[in-house]
Amino acid sequence: MRALQVDRSVTRFATARLSSRPAVLRLTETEPPAPPGPDWVTIRPLLSGICGSDLATVYGRASRWFEPYVSFPFTPGHEIVAETATGERVVVEPVLHCTIRGVDPVCSSCAAGRTNRCENLAAGHIAAGLQTGYCNQTGGGWSGALVAHRKQLHYVPAGWSDEAAVLVEPVACSVHAALSAPPGEPRVAAVVGAGTIGLATIAAIRSFREDVTTVIAVAKHPDQRRLARQLGADVVAEPDELRRAVRRATGSWVLDSGQLTGGAGVVFDCVGTSESLSSSTAVAAPGATVVLAGMPGRVNIDLTALWQRELRLAGAYAYGPEPVAGDRHSFDLAMQLISEHDMGRLVSALYPLERHSEALDHASHAGARGATKVAFDLRHEKRR
Amino acid sequence: MTRPGFVLEVDRSTPPILTWHGEGFRLESLPAGRSRVIYPPEPLESLKDPDATIRRALESPLGDSKPLRELLFPGMRLTIAFDDISLPLPPMRRPDNRQRVIEAVLDIAAAAGVDDVVLICALALHRRMTESELRHAVGDRVYDSFAPIGRLLQHDAEDPAGLVHIGVTEHGEDVEINRRAAESDLIVYVNINLVAMDGGHKSVATGLASYRSLRHHHNVRTMRHSRSFMDPEHSALHSSNWRMGRLLAASGVKIFQIETTLNNDAFPPQMAFLQKREWEWNPRDRASYAASTRGLSLLTPRLARSLFQSIKAPHAMTSVQAGEVEAVHAETTRMVHRQQLVEVQGQTDVAIFGLPHICPYNVNSIMNPILVMCMGLGYLFNLYRGRPIVREGGVAILSHPTPWAFHPVHHPSYIDFFEEVLSETTDPVAIENTYEERYATDEWYRHLYRTGHAYHGVHPFYMWYWGAHALEHLGRVIIVGGDRKAVRRLGFSPASTLADALEMASDVVGDEPTISHFHCPPIMIADVK
Repeated sequence: MRALQVDRSVTRFATARLSSRPAVLRLTETEPPAPPGPDWVTIRPLLSGICGSDLATVYGRASRWFEPYVSFPFTPGHEIVAETATGERVVVEPVLHCTIRGVDPVCSSCAAGRTNRCENLAAGHIAAGLQTGYCNQTGGGWSGALVAHRKQLHYVPAGWSDEAAVLVEPVACSVHAALSAPPGEPRVAAVVGAGTIGLATIAAIRSFREDVTTVIAVAKHPDQRRLARQLGADVVAEPDELRRAVRRATGSWVLDSGQLTGGAGVVFDCVGTSESLSSSTAVAAPGATVVLAGMPGRVNIDLTALWQRELRLAGAYAYGPEPVAGDRHSFDLAMQLISEHDMGRLVSALYPLERHSEALDHASHAGARGATKVAFDLRHEKRR
Repeated sequence: MTRPGFVLEVDRSTPPILTWHGEGFRLESLPAGRSRVIYPPEPLESLKDPDATIRRALESPLGDSKPLRELLFPGMRLTIAFDDISLPLPPMRRPDNRQRVIEAVLDIAAAAGVDDVVLICALALHRRMTESELRHAVGDRVYDSFAPIGRLLQHDAEDPAGLVHIGVTEHGEDVEINRRAAESDLIVYVNINLVAMDGGHKSVATGLASYRSLRHHHNVRTMRHSRSFMDPEHSALHSSNWRMGRLLAASGVKIFQIETTLNNDAFPPQMAFLQKREWEWNPRDRASYAASTRGLSLLTPRLARSLFQSIKAPHAMTSVQAGEVEAVHAETTRMVHRQQLVEVQGQTDVAIFGLPHICPYNVNSIMNPILVMCMGLGYLFNLYRGRPIVREGGVAILSHPTPWAFHPVHHPSYIDFFEEVLSETTDPVAIENTYEERYATDEWYRHLYRTGHAYHGVHPFYMWYWGAHALEHLGRVIIVGGDRKAVRRLGFSPASTLADALEMASDVVGDEPTISHFHCPPIMIADVK
C-alpha cells in the first residue's frame, strides 16, 4: 500500500523549516502495519484531514516537546474516517492512552476518564506516540491502511457523508475547548481564528454554552467571516478590529495606551501564535479565562496582563467526558454539532496522496484561498 | 461687478475642468456635446465697514424685536451662543465674524451694566473646540476675558444637570436645550450662515440641544423628506426645528438672533485658479496649478493634509441681520441665495462631484470615508433647489482618495461605525433601527465627547442619514481614485479614472449619458428648473 511517512532526519527537518516545503514527508510503498494485539483491527481510511499540528510537523515547525511522544518513521493523519473489514464506517479517537497501550494499572488521569491527560504516552506494548498518526506501530490516516484499538473507534451514523465524518475529531477538540472554561455569569466570548478549530468552537459555544451572551469572532478572510456568522458569531471582526469589537460589546473604556479597562469573560485562541495569544490576552477581562485551543509552539508574549488581571491561561487538548455537558463525551457532542450545523461543508478540498505537496500547500493557505478543511481522499487507494 | 453663476455647455474647445480630489485636484476632460459645468457666482462685494454694519443691525433689528440695547439691563443673565468649528469652510482669516459680533454685543452689554454674561459654543453633538480654535473664533480679547473665569463654555449635550426639558411640540418632538441658555433672560445667538441650511430656529434648537431632542429631526425619515435640506421651504429638517423654535418662544425663552453672511471667496490669492473658470486661467494660474499639483505629489498624505488644513479663507462679510429669529433668517436666506444660486435647466443622467479636503466635520482633522460619503451625498448632492442636478436613478461620481483613515481623537465612534455597522449593512433605515441607540448611549463615547475632543457616539449615524435622500435617489455611486476597500465598505463602486467611472455609469444610465460637473467649492446652490 502507499503511505506518506515522516522519517527521523535532522537534515530533512532543517530543510523543511528553512524552505517551507514538506521536506520531511515522502510517499512510499509499504506493508500495512500489523495489529499489535487481539483488540486491534485493521481499518482502511476513506478520508483523512490535514490538521494544524500536521502542518507544523511536516514543515519542521513543531515544538521539540513532542519528541518523546513520537516514534519514527510514522505516517501522519489523526483525523480519520475509515472502513472496517466488515464494511462499517468508523471515526478514530486517536489518543494512545493507557488502555490502548495495555498499561495496567492505568494512570490516575485515565482512571478518571481523562485519557487526553494520559501519563503513559511512551509506555506499554506499543511504541511511543501521542496519537495515531505519530506512532510507527499504528500507522496513520495518510495511507491505505492502519491499525486501531477497538476502543478508539466510534461508529459513523447512517446517512452521514465521509466529509462530515472526517470532521468529528477536530470538532471534538473544539467542543472540548469550548467547554473547558468553567461556566459562570453571562459573558462575552471572543474566538480568535476562524479555521476549522475556530469555526467549530464558535458553533460549540453557541450550542453548549448558555452563559455566553455574545460571540465575537476574529476572521481574516471573506469566507471565514461568512462561515463564522453562519455558525453563530454575533460579531465578526478582522484581527486589528478585535479590541474595538470587544470594547463595544462589553462597554469597556479605553486607556490612552489602547488597553481596555474590561474585556471578554472568556477568550479562545484558536491559532496559537504570539500574535493571536497577545490579542487574546489583550481583550480578556480581569479574571477571564484564555483557552488555548490551537496548538501553540514557542511564543513570545508579554504576560504582565496575565499576572495583573489574574487571567487563567488554560490548555484544551483533545477530548473526553465533558462535565459541563453531563459527562457526555466530546465525540458524541461533536457528532451532534456536525449534524446540527451541517458542518460537512467545511471540507473544502480533497487530494490523492500523490498530490500531497499541493494538498499541504493548500491547507497551509486555506483561509486565504477560501478553504477550511483540506483532506486526503483515500477511497481509491490500494489496500495492500 | 460680480458675475453670476454660469452653466457651460462643454464642446470640443472646452479645456479640461478642475476637479477637486481631497488634498489636491485634477484636470478632467468631459465628453463634448452632452456635458455641462455648473460654476458658482463670483464673490459678492464685502461690506465696507463690517463693524459699523453690525452696530447698526443691533440697533435696528428686524421683526418685532427691540434693539439689543433695550433688551439688556443690570442684574440680568445674558448668554451669548455662537457657531462652532464647523463654520465657515475653510476657516476664515481673522477677525472671524463671530469675534466682530461678540465684541459688539459685549460692548453694548457692558454699557447696559450687564455683569452675568456667559459665552457658550453651540456644539450640539460636535466635538469640543480646542483653545486655539476658540481663540480664532472669538478673538483673544474675548477668550482671555471669559475663559479663565469659566464663562466661556462649550455646550454639553450629555450633562443631565446642564439641560432642561422645555416641552414637546405638537408633533411629539422633545425640546431639551442648554439650561444656562434656557434660564437666561436673553440668548444672543451669533451665526455664520455659510449655507442656506444654517441659522433660523435651527441655531438654538439644534446647536444647544441634547440627543433626546436632536433625534427627532436628525433621522432617516426627516432627511428623506428634506428636498433638500439646503432649501428651508422644502426641508422636514427645518420644519421640525421651526416647531421647536416656536415652542421655545412660546415657553418664554427669549432669543435675539444675529446672522452674518459671507461671500464665497474661499481661497487665498495664490490659489486663485481654484475659483476661476478654466478658459480664463492666465499664465500665472496655469503655473500655480502646475506647481501645486507637482508639489502636492511630493508630499505625504499627512503633510498634504496639514498644508490644506492651514488654509484660511479670505471670506468677507456681506450682510448682518439681527432681531427676531424668523425675520432675520428670511433676509439671511435671501443674501445666501444672492451669493450662491445658479439657475440650471433640467437634470442630467450623471453628476460629477469633486470633493475637496474639508467638510464641516473634519476641520483640523481627517476626511474619513464616512465623511466622504456625507460630503458627497449629504452636502454637495443636496446643494440644490427644486430638483437634484442628477435625475432619479442616475449616477453620482465622486472624486476623492477616500483613505481608510480616521482621526482617533475626533472620530472614535466613526471607526466602530465603519468596522461594525457598514460591514453589515449600508441601508440607513436598518442602521438606524439596529445600531443607533447603542452608539448614542455608549458610555465610552459619551466620556470622550464630554471630556475630550470627540464627536458624539451617534454622529457617524447622522452623517450616514445626511446621505439617505441621495442613496434613495441614485442608481449608483462611484468614487474615482479612492481606496478600493474603503469605497466598497461604503457600498459604492471604485473607479481608477473618471473615464472608467463614466464607462461604469453607462451600465446604469445607458450609453452617451448627459453629465453635470458641479464645480464646487466655492459653494453654490443649483436652482434646477
